[in-house]
Amino acid sequence: MGWIRFLIGTGCILAGLFVSCTAVIGTWKFKYVLNRMHAAALNDTLGILFVILGLIVLNGFNFTSLKLFVIVCFLWIASPVASHLLARLEVTLDKESIKEECEVDENVLL
Amino acid sequence: MKVKENYESGTWRRFVRFINGEEMSEDAFRLPEEMVRKQDKEAEDSKYPEAVHSDLYRTKRERNRSDFSRMMEQYEQWSKTRGMNIFGKFYRIIALAICILIIVLLLLTVANMPHFGSADTPANSNEVPRRYIEKGQEETGAVNIVTGMILDYRAFDTLGESHVLFIAACTVLILVRIDHRKDGSLIHQELAAEEDDRKLEPKNDRILQKAAFLLVPIIILFGIYVILNGHISPGGGFSGGAIIGAGLILYLNAFGFKKTEQFFTYKTFSMVSLAALLFYSTAKCYSFYCGANHTDSGIPLGNAGDLISSGLILPLNICVGCVVACTMYSFYAIFRKGGI
Repeated sequence: MGWIRFLIGTGCILAGLFVSCTAVIGTWKFKYVLNRMHAAALNDTLGILFVILGLIVLNGFNFTSLKLFVIVCFLWIASPVASHLLARLEVTLDKESIKEECEVDENVLL
Repeated sequence: MKVKENYESGTWRRFVRFINGEEMSEDAFRLPEEMVRKQDKEAEDSKYPEAVHSDLYRTKRERNRSDFSRMMEQYEQWSKTRGMNIFGKFYRIIALAICILIIVLLLLTVANMPHFGSADTPANSNEVPRRYIEKGQEETGAVNIVTGMILDYRAFDTLGESHVLFIAACTVLILVRIDHRKDGSLIHQELAAEEDDRKLEPKNDRILQKAAFLLVPIIILFGIYVILNGHISPGGGFSGGAIIGAGLILYLNAFGFKKTEQFFTYKTFSMVSLAALLFYSTAKCYSFYCGANHTDSGIPLGNAGDLISSGLILPLNICVGCVVACTMYSFYAIFRKGGI
């Protein structure tokens, strides 16, 4: 039983690490801000979910696991909202590059 | 003997004239050229009538100005071309040297450090930490030794830290605050700041408002929990106050100043900070007075591990938490709109 739990836990953490690495590569590869934020958001949600899920499995189901789960909930609410605000600021400040990069109609932009 | 043509404007002659006091101007080294120019101008004055003279004068001034701007251009270019080269080389060499120096210093320090956990390190063999660990819970009543240390043994230090926070907030207020007029109306500066703020900060953002609606109560409750359990579990006034301040800032960002001003104004800030600091000072004065005179302070320590226990630590934690939360929030408010 112990080694099955170990395998599942490490598998989850490794998957989280893979997602985080993808996010880092994406952040460096993309040129435009919104693209880079899109790549980085991967780490904020899926990467953290996998890592903390792995930690929960490794730790067993007790009060500490509940705290870890609450951390995931908090990050899943807070981090996308923060990204949303940053993206909104970017769109407000730089209307030229969003027209070029995203091919948005001018009427859509407020 | 051969005399130089521009003998009078030579460096040595100008210096001599300056020493002799013939030219009292600060810009003594420049003056001869100006004198020459003046003479030219006078000559032109006599040569041309008034109208032509003003034209001539203007062109001359423009020429002078273009000379000056060309010089400035060269001066600015220098830093981009040759100066950049020199600076780049210098920068790399210095950066490398500093890096190597820091690496060597850190490695030397690590090599000289005592082995982790060994019994004869200063941290383990000193008498003060042993006293804290062995008798801390018994003497302060706090399960969390760190809290017992910073709010009981070293409470004076923590008092100073709280005052530093308060003074920092006051100083920022002095420096950054935008004044009102005497009749209370906003002056132009503040209106401009508000407009700028409205442009960049997404007020009335529905997504943020929903998220804040969910998160703010939980964050503030968690902050209160951290403050109240400072003597039982890790945490305390500083961390809990920072959490409450963050919750207040989130609320402010989501709902704007009009909502927060209903419960947090300049008056609230000053009253809460003042009351907390005053209570802290008087409480600690009392316990220091008792301790110095070897009398019993009469404050019960209670059961270690209970919520209401450990004497003064819990109220002091609350005081520190209030000061930190107010300071965090007021920093943000001051920097954003120039006032609380």
